[in-house]
Amino acid sequence: MWRPSGAIDDTYKKDMAIVRTKTHWSWLVVGLILLYLVPFFVSAVALNTVNYIAITIIALHGVNILTGMTGLITLGHASFIAVGAYLMTLMVVHLNINFWLAAPIAVLLTGLVGVIVGLPSLRIKGFYLAMATLAAQFIIPWLIVNVRSDLTGGTDGLNVPPPSIGGFLLTSQTSLFYLCMTMAVLVTFFTANLKRSRFGRAFISIRDNDLAAEIMGIAIVRYKLLSFFLCSAYAGLAGVLYAVWMRGISPEHFDLTESVWYLGMLIVGGMGSGIGVVFGAIIIRGLNIVVLYVAPLVGGFFSAATATAIELGFGPLVFGLVVMGFLIYEPRGLAMIWERFKAFYRLWPFSY
Amino acid sequence: MLFLQYLISGIMTGGIYGLIGVGIVIIYKATQVFNFAVGTLMTLGALICVSLVTNFNFPFWLALPATLVLAGIIGVLIERIGLRPLLSQPVLSIIMATLAIESILRGLMLMIWTGYTISFPRGLFPGKTIFIGPLFISHEFLIAFVVAMISFALVGLFFYKTQTGLKMRVTAESHDVAMSLGVNITTIFAVAWALAVMVGTLSGVIIGNRLGLQVIITSAVAYKALPAIMLGGLDSVAGAIIGGLIVGVLEKMAGGYIDPKIAEITPYIILLLILMIRPEGIFGLKRIERI
Repeated sequence: MWRPSGAIDDTYKKDMAIVRTKTHWSWLVVGLILLYLVPFFVSAVALNTVNYIAITIIALHGVNILTGMTGLITLGHASFIAVGAYLMTLMVVHLNINFWLAAPIAVLLTGLVGVIVGLPSLRIKGFYLAMATLAAQFIIPWLIVNVRSDLTGGTDGLNVPPPSIGGFLLTSQTSLFYLCMTMAVLVTFFTANLKRSRFGRAFISIRDNDLAAEIMGIAIVRYKLLSFFLCSAYAGLAGVLYAVWMRGISPEHFDLTESVWYLGMLIVGGMGSGIGVVFGAIIIRGLNIVVLYVAPLVGGFFSAATATAIELGFGPLVFGLVVMGFLIYEPRGLAMIWERFKAFYRLWPFSY
Repeated sequence: MLFLQYLISGIMTGGIYGLIGVGIVIIYKATQVFNFAVGTLMTLGALICVSLVTNFNFPFWLALPATLVLAGIIGVLIERIGLRPLLSQPVLSIIMATLAIESILRGLMLMIWTGYTISFPRGLFPGKTIFIGPLFISHEFLIAFVVAMISFALVGLFFYKTQTGLKMRVTAESHDVAMSLGVNITTIFAVAWALAVMVGTLSGVIIGNRLGLQVIITSAVAYKALPAIMLGGLDSVAGAIIGGLIVGVLEKMAGGYIDPKIAEITPYIILLLILMIRPEGIFGLKRIERI
């Protein structure tokens, strides 16, 4: 946020730059190179998780725009992701549209679905709005299962054909890594830029006090709906990638628990913060993997039946405890801890 | 005739939605916290009751009061540990806190009671079906409905005839006013949570007795109580009951006349419509906002 004294901008161009100092540039370049070399160092199983985290980051940026920046609570994010995944798959499977054309169309259409779901936000806010998005979370999967189940495969779901570039099929985790991670990097960059633009400032002013924002001349109807559009367009992109990564989709991948997890990630990461989104997604998805390995160890002390029960309940328990802990002890999330660490690092060995 | 049948079974189901809704409304009125964990709390209470009956061989008439006492203690603990530190935090934090509590309880319940369906022992209530002409009412539903109505009456009496009830109503009106009149609002918060979890437990026992208990499925029933309280008005106990009955009846009607599958989402369609047309509900208080 703030730079040490002495780092002065002498042109407007420098003042507006998103990457500002030489240190920033070197960190960015080295970081990106290391990031893109990840597939050469880790196993396919680990890469699978990395891809999932990348997809989660994309979706979570959407929640961050809507809930973190604009202050509109969504409990229906998973259903937006479902819309994106299903629209893309339906277009590819039933209309034989090329993936690279179907994906952007699906993203835009998901955005429009988000605007429709967001219409109640013009009258209501707070948990009233949470309730409206909760209704969407129940209605959208129901529509997927019951309306034209001959096309969507009902509760069985659909298989997703892998996309190809010039005859090269994107099936390996490595190729998917480059697709998902590139998208995640682009989305992160776009969101960081959005936050400091006119739109981002409008979103934040609506979050802080929507009445005051309206009086100051911000068209809150337009910005609230735009926020919903962006949120669900991100969800649509995440859905498209999820479908390709999973190679099959079914309505139960997109239930209410998933929506709650996204909000939890936002709390853990820190609301309204770009770096927080990355942290939140990594921590929660990572914890999920850790739980997968730890729960059987804990269950090993008990009989087989109890062990299964413990494996079943361990995930929700740990997730709830982590979110609760952050709410009580660090409501601004990991992003705040990161800020404090940066300040400490910059000033060390002095305290201020 | 079919219409009457749908009406009756709708009212019976609606009574349960209303009872769950009352649990949410009590907490919301007193503490301004919207409790999304009501479904899991309800299931937790019912599962404790089942365990007391089957594992500890309590007779049912003793198990139920024991469960209610435990439920009260659980309610107080949740308020003290989970929500007291978050006093006057933004709405999202509160919502997320109740969702986190839900997640913790769900995890614990899955660990203790596993993911399988657990049923109450047979014969706790006489399981017959009453026929009135061509109409039939399941005995269990009738008992459930009567219990729900008695609970409403008791909660109503508590609110309007006791000193604590009066204090709760003042707290609901405004925390500052209540404090300046000498009401210890933290005690009131604890009482509200205890009462709400007790009411929730009661509805859990009723549902469990009819359908059996499964941690995730039973908890999900409570989400249908949300449209009920939004329809009735978020801060009105009577509204919760009437909203519950309306939602229950409409659900059965939609299921019967349009398509059985649509019954599942009818409450949520109602919810969306209320939120768009009259967000404060039928009996709810419209709050005017100032900067």
